[in-house]
Amino acid sequence: MTPPDKTGAAADPRTSGPRRRRARGGAPLPLLLPALIGLAFLVLPLVALLIRAPWRSIPELLTSPEVWQALKLSLICATAATAVSLVIGVPLAWLLARVEFPGRGFVRALVTLPLVLPPVVGGVALLMALGRNGVLGQWLDATFGITLPFTTAGVVLAEAFVAMPFLVISVEGTLRAADPRYEEAATTLGASRFTAFRRVTLPLIAPGIAAGAVLAWARALGEFGATITFAGNFPDRTQTMPLAVYLALQNDPDAAIALSLVLLAVSIAVLAGLRDRWMTAS
Amino acid sequence: MTCSARRTRRMLQVTGAGAAALLALSACSSSDSAGKSESGASGSSSDKLSGEVTVFAAASLKESFTTLKKEFEKEHPGTKVTFSFGGSDSLAAGITSGAPADVFAAASPKTMKTVTDKGDAVGEPATFIRNQLEIATLPGNPDKVSSLKDLTKSGRKVVLCDKTVPCGSAAQKALGASHLELTPVSYEQDVKSALNKVVLKEADAAVVYKTDVKAAGDKVEGVEFPESAKAINDYPIARLKNAKNPDAAKAFIALVRSDKGQRVLNQAGFLKP
Repeated sequence: MTPPDKTGAAADPRTSGPRRRRARGGAPLPLLLPALIGLAFLVLPLVALLIRAPWRSIPELLTSPEVWQALKLSLICATAATAVSLVIGVPLAWLLARVEFPGRGFVRALVTLPLVLPPVVGGVALLMALGRNGVLGQWLDATFGITLPFTTAGVVLAEAFVAMPFLVISVEGTLRAADPRYEEAATTLGASRFTAFRRVTLPLIAPGIAAGAVLAWARALGEFGATITFAGNFPDRTQTMPLAVYLALQNDPDAAIALSLVLLAVSIAVLAGLRDRWMTAS
Repeated sequence: MTCSARRTRRMLQVTGAGAAALLALSACSSSDSAGKSESGASGSSSDKLSGEVTVFAAASLKESFTTLKKEFEKEHPGTKVTFSFGGSDSLAAGITSGAPADVFAAASPKTMKTVTDKGDAVGEPATFIRNQLEIATLPGNPDKVSSLKDLTKSGRKVVLCDKTVPCGSAAQKALGASHLELTPVSYEQDVKSALNKVVLKEADAAVVYKTDVKAAGDKVEGVEFPESAKAINDYPIARLKNAKNPDAAKAFIALVRSDKGQRVLNQAGFLKP
């Protein structure tokens, strides 16, 4: 919602120094006009959602057990997907930022691919890899009897697939900006490279990790395409809020608006709650 | 701190903003593209048809309507038929919120009714075909499914259409008529997604239309079940009020209802109205 650019610069006392004065005469029109249009473009749809919301029937719509099932499932799955992303995404970011190896640029491009890939394509790819008949899934099924599609674990995987690149990019950027000499100093004083990572690097990049985790969580919460393709849609098992919104839109638009408001409120609450603590610290 | 430190920090923030922008972009790219086509031609009053005609049609009509499109464009050179196939309910929701379409062919009278109730259709919708449910199983029917009851056995992965979609409500009707409880692994958003879960071998069976089983060829095996007779769907078709090309819309509906059109539809497995 708030551009991290502005808040970040304003809140950091070490770098702000004497603030640059505003250009005289205010913003020039060729910049101001598109800027305002841009702002309206982003804000207007959300305002329209509020205007058209069936406020009178909202209490009734939102107290149905289906809504709470979907919301609970969404929060659990988004949090689990963020946890998965942290466990495997932070080491991946470290690898990309700190270790020289041939084809690093190519690997980085691969990591960011799910960012630009349509999520439905991601879902199909996951089916090919981890489905019951998939490249890896076939073996999982035969050896452990594990099948992932149509399960809550499948939802977590689909969301992590789409959301992890946000975390990796954010953490890698922070790692590149962090001074590697601290780690070098730690290793020259006898710490192993892993200890240096754990005791020096991690605390140093914690704000970047937090910011990346928030981005990943938000992306996971809104995930639709990969989830419905890979994990299907069943209430209380794989039906997350975005799926509930989409299916409600087909026969009860009012319910869809009410559900959208819940998602909007959760997103705003999370961004507002974490902005002051984390986003500005980077 | 030094100037370069500030610069990297600034760059980081820009990266953050870029990531946020991507977040917003990718979040919306998953929605379906109903109504992306914009009809360029205005319906001229002359006899000769031209321009684009946009048809919103139930997912189950995909194969036969694509055949009819070729027929139509051959009969009326200069025209172009554009389709948006999907779950009838989401198509109806699109039409009532102003998606540009000339013709709507739904898989159930109920979904058509949401359009006529809003006054978005011209005249009375006509039933042009009917469709019956069938069970789609994996090729060779390894689970030896022979009835609807077989699907309720535990450990069997069955997908149904969501209750909001015609194939889903028909399946519920058939299950209700035979007093069966069936817990699927997923309620899919349209009939083709349900079918594809079996084609991809992720599910053991799906309750879909006869026509979908036929269209899938040897990728699935169809099993007829007697309860499906209690849940036959009527398919209505109507011209839309906001049609940009009403003459071509009329002609397309006429083709669908003609002997030639009915022959194509019957070949696909649809029943006569």
